[in-house]
Amino acid sequence: MGYSLNFSVVWRNFDKLWGGLVLSLELAVVSLAIGVVIGLVLAVVHVSGGRFTRMAIAVYVEAFRNTPLILLVYLVFYGLPQVVDLRYDATTSFVATLSVYAGAYLVEVFRSGLEAIPRGQIDAGRAIGLTPAQRLFHVRLPAMIRITLPALSNTFISLFKDTSVASVIAVPELTWGAQWINLNTFRIVEAYLMATAMYLATGYVMLFSLRLVERRFRVGRNA
Amino acid sequence: MNPPLLTIRDLRKSFGKTEVLKSVDLDVGRGEVVAVIGPSGSGKTTLLRCINFLEAYDGGSIRIDDSEVGYNDARKRRGERALARMRAETGMVFQSFNLFPHLTAAGNIMLGLTKVRRKSRSEARDIAKVWLERVGLGHKADALPSELSGGQQQRVGIARAVAMEPKILLLDEITSALDPELVGEVLEVVRGLAAEGMTMLMVTHEIAFARDASSRLVFMADGAVAAEGPPADLIASAEANPRLNSFLARFRASNF
Ligand SMILES: Nc1ncnc2c1ncn2[C@@H]1O[C@H](COP(=O)(O)OP(=O)(O)OP(=O)(O)O)[C@@H](O)[C@H]1O
Ligand SMILES: [Mg+2]
Repeated sequence: MGYSLNFSVVWRNFDKLWGGLVLSLELAVVSLAIGVVIGLVLAVVHVSGGRFTRMAIAVYVEAFRNTPLILLVYLVFYGLPQVVDLRYDATTSFVATLSVYAGAYLVEVFRSGLEAIPRGQIDAGRAIGLTPAQRLFHVRLPAMIRITLPALSNTFISLFKDTSVASVIAVPELTWGAQWINLNTFRIVEAYLMATAMYLATGYVMLFSLRLVERRFRVGRNA
Repeated sequence: MNPPLLTIRDLRKSFGKTEVLKSVDLDVGRGEVVAVIGPSGSGKTTLLRCINFLEAYDGGSIRIDDSEVGYNDARKRRGERALARMRAETGMVFQSFNLFPHLTAAGNIMLGLTKVRRKSRSEARDIAKVWLERVGLGHKADALPSELSGGQQQRVGIARAVAMEPKILLLDEITSALDPELVGEVLEVVRGLAAEGMTMLMVTHEIAFARDASSRLVFMADGAVAAEGPPADLIASAEANPRLNSFLARFRASNF
């Protein structure tokens, strides 16, 4: 008994996959943006804060990095509304979860980036009379971004793949689109093969373009 | 005679248990060029870093124009803004250039002018242009540090410091990270500044340059000033000072 591939049903429902891909990208971009804000703020607080704030941040980072994303998604979508009086749809819930999850990774990325800045550059900023805040904005953060750019693009690509977890709470992203086709047409292999191909192709395009951006920064903006 | 611009008395500084500056006394007058020489580890860099308070010192006093560097009258550390204002009055040029890698040559010079001196961008750019011209890099205003040679980077480093119009310029072995053929172009710039009356305190291993370009030579050993005087006199009297003599012996063989 052979399974003969037939992609025609997939093509007929391709809008589900295409719309899913677009939503996946949107989820990744928005979560990255919010995660970057969380990560930046906490990284700066961490390197300048006292022992207690450092510990609080470490707890957040460890908790979110060591819990499977899918559990966090369930907890936030099903669990949290039971405890607090909040209403939100699945997409909002997922974006919130993925953002905080990304933030936990990015705190570490930014923190080590800030610590990797050569001391001499900071001394140079002090020597010309910059205040601590001016040094942060005009010396440390620009230097840190250049150091962390590769890690940042890797995080973005994993976030894009992580968006597939949103299918478990019926957010209509790419994986959910494939599930829908499977449930409605029973073309399981075709649906998932096509989704896989779309993840791969998008991932490669991202990787390629982000590396181009990094290279521009490296050639032009290195010490 | 006018009171000195910089007055250092009984300056002491330790890192943990290591006493690096034991008791340094030193005056630098307005327009004077003082060169500091001495063996590795004698505390020369630490001395310069204390003068613009990149390092807090433990005892003694450093006064510039009669105001105590880093501490107020009650000997409490000044606030960060006050410290920043004081540091802007002392220019520093580093051994490893320490240019801001994300800014162009002009941008490196403009940062302090716009953020600290509160000049407009266009005014800052004009000043940067003038100084880049002065150090022979007028054509490199838009180059990033990564696109410049070591000698060029160091000249930008000097321009960045002097553009702030500091009262005194501190130079810490500014040619020792350079390939020998690039040393000359940087020393030339320093010579020009000296001729114009810039007050300078420079740590250097270029003994011949120190002898020719400075009005006074200071020999540091073991965290204190061990000898000082006009370069020619100090070098001539070296026989009488065993530590200075053995320090200078290394250089006699080559360029002396
Ligand atoms: N941040 C620091 N922490 C601990 N020890 C330090 C620190 N900076 C300097 N030292 C020590 O202080 C001593 C003097 O150092 P300093 O850099 O002032 O000497 P130097 O005269 O400039 O030497 P060199 O000619 O090698 O540059 C050295 O023993 C050094 O190891
Ligand atoms: Mg030194």
